[in-house]
Amino acid sequence: VSRIAVVGAGAVGAAVARMAGDRGHEVVGLADSTGAVVDADGIDAEATLERKRETGSAGDRAVGALLEADYDVLVEATPTTLGDAEPGFGHTKRALERDRDVVLANKGPVAERYGELQALAEASAGRLLFGATVGGAIPVLSTVREFGVGDVDAVRGVLNGTTNFVLSRMAAEGLGYDHVLAEAQDLGVAEADPSFDVEGTDAALKFVILANVLADGDREFSLSDAAVEGITELPGSALELAGEDGRTVRLIGEATRESVEVAPRLVPENGPLSVSGTRNIVQIETRTAGRLHVSGRGAGGEETAAAVLADVDRLDPR
Amino acid sequence: VSEGSGRGTAHEEEVESYTVRLELADRPGELLSALAPIADMGGNLLSIYHERGNLTPRGRIPVEVDLECPPGRFEDVVDALREAGVNVIRAGHEAYGERATVLLVGHLVDTDLSDTLSRIESCTAASVLDFSLSAPEGTDEVSSARVRLAVADGRTDRAIDRVREVAEEKDLRVVTPLVSGGEP
Repeated sequence: VSRIAVVGAGAVGAAVARMAGDRGHEVVGLADSTGAVVDADGIDAEATLERKRETGSAGDRAVGALLEADYDVLVEATPTTLGDAEPGFGHTKRALERDRDVVLANKGPVAERYGELQALAEASAGRLLFGATVGGAIPVLSTVREFGVGDVDAVRGVLNGTTNFVLSRMAAEGLGYDHVLAEAQDLGVAEADPSFDVEGTDAALKFVILANVLADGDREFSLSDAAVEGITELPGSALELAGEDGRTVRLIGEATRESVEVAPRLVPENGPLSVSGTRNIVQIETRTAGRLHVSGRGAGGEETAAAVLADVDRLDPR
Repeated sequence: VSEGSGRGTAHEEEVESYTVRLELADRPGELLSALAPIADMGGNLLSIYHERGNLTPRGRIPVEVDLECPPGRFEDVVDALREAGVNVIRAGHEAYGERATVLLVGHLVDTDLSDTLSRIESCTAASVLDFSLSAPEGTDEVSSARVRLAVADGRTDRAIDRVREVAEEKDLRVVTPLVSGGEP
């Protein structure tokens, strides 16, 4: 049994708090940006989330109180931020300094400050896992690790469901970019401000994390090292022309030990990377076993929470 | 949607394109003197490609020269190069065995599509097989084109780099093919 402290009470943090009990773990605290609830005997996740819905805050205690509480694993699920990656980086740092394990769902620290993060983890008795940051429930990082980082030359594919939904629907229905984006917003597939997704930033962060893992300390990547091009205002006529030739366009990322790139690319309509809707797919280029494909739901509260809890289980094998 | 096809090179005499791989000493003026025999023998220089930073084990600079000339004159060009003391590594007719499709998006008509295509062709071992233009909003608005290229063997990356360069100069968006990993 791991005693878990969850920082961040959005879709992922809330789902971790709800699902942890069924996986045999105990949640000793939950914090959002306004406050925290802390209980060494375990909190009531449903009651806390109900309170958050009613009052807008998870609890009356300071977030710092949860960071200083007695727990085994900190689950960092605050929103991804760029640049200094705060507050996620600070939370992670504090936990590692206290020799606690950390499981990240927040991409910011791993994409923007990988070197510092690894140095903190090396100096700590606590361990650091971040499988949920790449591909939600799809086992991307664990597959790369199980193959051995040295055996993997490249990881490429689709790691953003919003843009994949927009492109595949534009191609299938012959609709324009703005029309499909508005639909995606109605369906909750795209956010009110979709720029993080459609400009390629979200996908780029995931491929930056993959490049950091592949480079294995020989080189450090952050978002500014990635060549990123999004799908904003791509005209329907481009997808139509691609379709006439048996091809389609997908937002494809690629990470190697040397580079990170995200851009709309032409791919065969029936090729492995042309998944439809919000589905994600990753192609892992291995030396010993050729190409592997892993596909599934790359985002969502429960999907990502499942990946977080898989990491928690890895830290506490039973 | 209008369809077009690749333009053949119209000269008085039938010409074909060839690639010559040279190795040059790292001295000023070396390239210029190496190229002189090509024009002297009636060849037309298409492009010169030098992979920056790449040196041969003997410290020489590898250079690829694309040229066109009548088929009967090519051997004369190579002989003239060798007589001038240029180290010719390999010379021959390029097999345009590779195919690459790219999409161009933007103000294609305003930026002179025909010029765009010929510039893609001019500096790489690539020739435009065909293109389709789609301008549903009219030619004053953003339009799209699909361009299919025949590329000399092993030089698809280089051809795509050239497409990117030309597109950047003309402020066009380019969607390039995923060369590795896209096929079923």
